[in-house]
Parts: sequence; C-alpha cells; structure tokens
Amino acid sequence: MPKAHLKVWRGDDSGQYVEYDVEYEEGMVVLDVVHRLQATQAGDLAIRWNCKAGKCGSCSAEINGKPKLQCMTRMGTFIDGETITIAPLKTFPIIRDLVTDVSWNYRVAETMPELKLSGPDASGHRRMQQIDIDREQEFRKCIECYICQDVCHVIRDHPENQGNFAGPRFFVQLANVAMHPLDQNPKSATVAHGFGLDYCNITKCCTDVCPEGIHITDNAIIPLKERRVDEYYDPIRAIGRKLFGKK
Amino acid sequence: MADIETHEYDVLVIGAGGAGLRAAVEASALGARTGLVCKSLLGKAHTVMAEGGIAAAMGNVYSEDNWQVHFRDTMRGGKMLNNWRMAQIHAQEAPDRVKELEEWGALFDRTPDGRILQRDFGGHRYARLAHVGDRTGLEMIRTLQQHAVHRGIEVHQECTVNRLLKDGDRISGALGYWRESGRMVLFRAKAVVIATGGLGKVYSITSNSWEGTGDGHSLAMQAGADMIDMEFVQFHPTGMVWPPSVRGLLVTEGVRGDGGTLKNTSGERFMFNYIPPMFAAETADTEAEADRWYDDKVNARRTPDLLPRDEVARAINSEVKAGRGTAHGGVFLDIASRRSADYIKRRLPSMYHQFMQLAGVDITKEPMEIGPTAHYAMGGVRVDAETAASTVPGLYAAGEVAGGMHGSNRLGGNSLSDLVVFGRRAGESAAKYALGLTGQPSVDQGAIAERSASILKPFEGGQENPYTLHRELQECMHVNVGIIRTDSEMRQALVKIAELKDRLSRVQVEGHIQYNTGWHLALDMEHMLCVSEAITMAAIERKESRGGHTRDDFPSTSGEFSQVNVVVRLRGSAVSVAQEPLPVMPDELKKLFEE
Repeated sequence: MPKAHLKVWRGDDSGQYVEYDVEYEEGMVVLDVVHRLQATQAGDLAIRWNCKAGKCGSCSAEINGKPKLQCMTRMGTFIDGETITIAPLKTFPIIRDLVTDVSWNYRVAETMPELKLSGPDASGHRRMQQIDIDREQEFRKCIECYICQDVCHVIRDHPENQGNFAGPRFFVQLANVAMHPLDQNPKSATVAHGFGLDYCNITKCCTDVCPEGIHITDNAIIPLKERRVDEYYDPIRAIGRKLFGKK
Repeated sequence: MADIETHEYDVLVIGAGGAGLRAAVEASALGARTGLVCKSLLGKAHTVMAEGGIAAAMGNVYSEDNWQVHFRDTMRGGKMLNNWRMAQIHAQEAPDRVKELEEWGALFDRTPDGRILQRDFGGHRYARLAHVGDRTGLEMIRTLQQHAVHRGIEVHQECTVNRLLKDGDRISGALGYWRESGRMVLFRAKAVVIATGGLGKVYSITSNSWEGTGDGHSLAMQAGADMIDMEFVQFHPTGMVWPPSVRGLLVTEGVRGDGGTLKNTSGERFMFNYIPPMFAAETADTEAEADRWYDDKVNARRTPDLLPRDEVARAINSEVKAGRGTAHGGVFLDIASRRSADYIKRRLPSMYHQFMQLAGVDITKEPMEIGPTAHYAMGGVRVDAETAASTVPGLYAAGEVAGGMHGSNRLGGNSLSDLVVFGRRAGESAAKYALGLTGQPSVDQGAIAERSASILKPFEGGQENPYTLHRELQECMHVNVGIIRTDSEMRQALVKIAELKDRLSRVQVEGHIQYNTGWHLALDMEHMLCVSEAITMAAIERKESRGGHTRDDFPSTSGEFSQVNVVVRLRGSAVSVAQEPLPVMPDELKKLFEE
C-alpha cells in the first residue's frame, strides 16, 4: 500500500505542522487519509466533517495552500511522494487543529434580509416559471463551506473589514432575495444596504474556489453592483434626489 | 457542580435537521422560550444529504393523486405495520408543509404552468416528490435554518447532549458538553423534543455521517421511553460501491424515477424476476410496459425498478450472491443508455458531480455500480400520532428517531415530509405542554455531578482504542444483523455487544478535552451499543420476514406478527422486548385496501 506524507496543522494559533506517513488505497480522498490518521496515530485530531460527499460543506481546509473540501480532493490528484500540507482555513481563528471558529458567518447570516413573498394565486399556487428561477436555484446550491469567505482578500488580508463586509457567501444570499421573482422586500433591504458590496473589486477568487461551481462574481455580485449603481449613482436620479430631497 | 453553565427553556429541541428546526420554529411561534442544540454546525445535519425529494400528494402532475392514495402507498410500503394514524396525518398534511417551505423561500423545480413539479419514486403510485434537482435536502435545511435564524431562536452549535434529566417521572432537562471546550452544559427545560435522526453508524457500509450514532434512541431509552420497530433497518438499494472510500454513499432513487434501470452483469433487467405477489397487480411484467409507464401512468403499470426499497435491496443482494454481480460486489444502475446527457445533468446534477469527482465515472456515458447501504431506522421512540409525545411526560420525538410512521419499510420521499409534518406537531405539543406547567421542574444535582465526572473517565487510563471498538461493532452488526438475519448469528452479535460494552469501560483517549474527536467517539459508543442491542433483541423476537427485516430462518411473513409491534424497553441496564398489538385501523380506511 502506498504511503502519503502529510503535514497537518496541530494545535491553535501557536501550534505547528506535524508530519505523518499514512497508508492509502486507490480512490481515497484526503478526508479518508485524515480519518485513517485519526484512527491509527492521532486519536484526538480535531476535524469537522459530515456527509463526505461534497453536500454539507463541513470539511473545508487549505490543502497545499488552496482552500478545498477534503472529501472531494482525491489522492490521485497528487504526484507520488508529494508532501500534502493540510491547514485550517486561514481567515478564521483556529480552535484546534483543522477546526476554525466560523461563528462570524453565522452572525452575518442574522443580518441578511428575509424573503417576503407575495401570496398564492386564486388556485392556491405560487406560480413561477423555471426559466425565472434557474439563477436563483444556482444561488441556493451554496453548501456554506465558507471557502469563498476564506479566500476573499477583503477579509483574509484585512480582518478589520469583517464588521462592514458580508463576504461572497452572503452576496449570493442577498442576490437570492433581490432576484426572487416573488419577493416583495423594498430595495432598501437588499440593494441599498449593500453589506459592503463596494469593497469587492471582482477578482473572482471566490468563484474560482467554489466547490459548487456557483458563478458568484458574474451572477450574484456584479448584478448586485449594477443594481446599486443604477439605483444610487445614476447622475440623473442624483439630481432628482437633490431637487426633491429624496434620499 | 454549582458553577455549571446553565440555560433555561420551556422547550429544548435536540437536533437541528428538518424535524428539529421545524419543531423549534413551531414552539417558538407559540410563545415558548425555545432552545435548539445540535452536534454539528447549524445547517450540516443529515437532512442536507437528502436528494430525491419530499413526498406530498399535491396532484400537480397527476390530478388523480390525493391523500388517500398517498396513505395507501405508505401503508403498503411499510407492509401494513405502520401506525395508521401517523400515516394518515402525514399524507393529509404534507402538501401544506411543502407550500409553507415555498413561502419561506424554498425554490422547487417547476411544472410548465409554473407550479411545483413532482417526480416519480419507489412505491408511490403517482409522481409525487417535490424536488430541487437532486439536492432537495439542502434546499429544505437552508430554508428552515434561515427561517429559524430570523425568528431569533437560540441555537447551541457543536454541543452534544449526553443525558436526559428527569424530575420524578417527567422530563426536566438535558446535560451535554461543548465539543469545542469539552465543558459541561446544563439545559433546564419543561419539555424536550428529540429530533436526533438515525443510527446508521452502527453498520460498516452506511450512507450516514458521523452524527448517525443513535443518540436520541439511546437517550430516550435511558429516560424510560418505549421504543418500537427497532428491528427494521432500511438498506437503501443504491449506495456507491467503488472506490472503497465512497462505499455506502447514497445514489438517489431519483435515478430510477427519472428512467434509470438496474442490470446484472449479463445486462439483464433483473427486477422483473423479483416482483412480489403483493405488488404484482400494479407492476409491469414486461420491459416494454415498464418503459411506457414513465410517460403513461394510466395505461401502463410501474416499472419493478421502483418497487419499495426493501424489495429492491433484497433483489440486489440475491443477484450478487448468485454470482451475477460486479467484481466489487454490486450491480449496475444504467441511465446513460436510456436518457440524454443533457437530461441527466439537469435532473441529477449532484449525482453526475459525485460520480465524476469521486469515482471517475461519467454517468451520462457509463452505468453506475451500486449496492445496498444502511440508510434509515424505521424504528424509534413510540409516540402518540397526534402529539408526537413519547411515553415519558414532557418528552417528544419527531423525524427518524420516532417510530411507527413508516412501519417495516419507509418509502423514499416520505422522510422529508415526515420531518416537517411531525416536527411541527412535536413543537406545537411540547410548547403547549410546557406553557401549561407552572414552575421549572427540578434537576437532580447529584446525577449531574456524577455524570460530569464519569464523562471524563476515558482520559484516565485503559487500553482500548475507541476507533477500534467502533469498527468491530460495525463489522459485527453488518455481518450478523444486516440485510439477511438468522437467530444464531444475532445471538453471536449479542455476545459481541456485551464484550464491547465491557471493553468500552476500559477505553482510553489521548490528548485533552478540547475538540477531541476520539473522546467524542468514545462517548457516542455508549449510544451505539445501546441501540445495537435494541435492534438485535427486537430482530430476534420477530420470527418472520417483513420490510427491512429479513430472516433466513423465517423467510415469509407471518399472520401472527402482522398484528404486533415489538416494543423494546430499558430498565436499569436490562433490555426487555415485548409484543404488543398494533393500533386498529378504522373501517373506512380499511376500504382503501380492498381494491
């Protein structure tokens, strides 16, 4: 059986990489090897995982420097003998080993506007055409792995922005509300608030790493930015606002 | 232990999957102070893995569908062992719960006239499953999660409940630990809703995540609740079999609902050889008729590929045993030769993704290799159909941890609907019960101190590795109490379970108490051994084959056992089993089965 040479982060912020050799078989993913490491050499190794099928977004880690799901990274993608470095997500405080404190995301989630849908028609149905919800459904594929949040340099390099910036995951959720065909929220709930949308300079890092292949930048962020510009930075409307005192 | 972190609620909900979230939303809406505890992060519960859809007789695709047909399908799928009243409530209320999810933001796939689209699934006479491609569970949990967050419900994430607490006969709270810090936390509560899901992790090949360790089943048993139908474990017919690391991973029944068919290595569509008498009248007996059925439900009978799961799992097992299986011990599931690549990618995007990324198989070009995987516990806490109340005052159960709804075998799609129908009812009843109590029931400080100390015992020195104990239990249950069972093998399993209990008392974990997954597993092992014993004892008691319980030594159904539930109780450390009569279905419902 071949052996993988792993460098795994152990401990908290003041921890260090520890090297392990772990046997693996054809078809295994990184998460399998980490599980085997747990069962044989490091019984107290802290990791998060649930579905092991790329559906729950729990096992995010930085593998050889790239944020990925451990359960969807096959061992066959590494060169024989290559050292595989597994580190916790850098943007969030380390709790222990590969587990980080992602509670900031849950606090942002509380600030998101809630969908307010118009009522059903006389036949009791809320009618929507599939073509009108295709993009919405793309947004709702998000598995909340927070890999896009991890890679976004607005917060990765500037943690001080966390108070003013919701991050790509939540721009996707915001776009979901803003573009829902039956949503009745006023524009102030989505477009006006902005949630720090202006900080994003569309480098598409989030789109590149999304394991669900959501076109975060093109389909969520840019349309939201366009709506915001259209609504608040349109020169004619700006004059109108000055003349008539509307905010 | 006066300084233990304490939270006080009217209603404490344990588990934040579909049932737990729905229960918490309802309890909170009725004005109960509601707390929600979950072992993982919010939104990661097992519901997220549900693929195919949520069954509800909305009649959007076939106007002939109604609750009576859904009720009949559910009862027949469960081989008539279901609690008839639960099955009736479920069939009647599921459409409203689906519309409620839509109102809260769920975006189901649409019919051409803009209504919610419904798809075919095993055992359902009409296309009945509202769905979002093959990621319906994700849609459902995100919708409920966001709704609960906006209701301001307090959520305690990554917190594991280890004991329920009682004040005399009634529930008074729960004791748990934070996974992050390892410290204990006390929840004082007037009512507790258990919504902890399943127990698949007692088997070695399973679709369940690490969380499916039977905690709720075990907690309820230890609190004195009656359990029913524990012998019935659903092996989903289609789990991945290759490569080994993904063995057991779920492949949605939607593949067959959307036209996929099962084949053995000779290319034969073998399900035509396994049509049981009970379903013969409504099942196609030629390939031509089966293929016509996808488009013409009125003049053609349904394909045997979509027989209930127990039938299909047994058939696959037989094909493999007869030497007609693949080298990896599975059979083929072929949709590539039957539907266009575009159709497959649109209807089954995450299956396409899953096989491509994990197995290097393009399901639009090649057949999938699949085999049975431990998937769902039909058995669980015995509950009142109307209120979801257990036999312990103040203790409620909903979702997979509750028993009765699905009888001896659950139909695909009936789980997601079960979660919201009975999650809502459990939350409502728990809130009403709690708001009717005056004063907070007391908790036994002595028991809390004792448990807080004993929970740390795995650090004190022994020699047993928790991971090894777990693997041995899984292998034992899979071999001896798996798809096909016999008395002698199950008695061997009981001996092994007793041995593992003894060895668990000498378990050793390394490191410290912060986010120590080895320690968590050692604590979960107690629950897994408890439910394994319950499953095995109940399975020995039921001397017949029915649904998710097949006995080599009693291969047919028995009239005697068609009238009873096997009830499991824990008193002290002794597990007892008893046969008790099923609730009797009223005559007007019996008529639905006379055609």
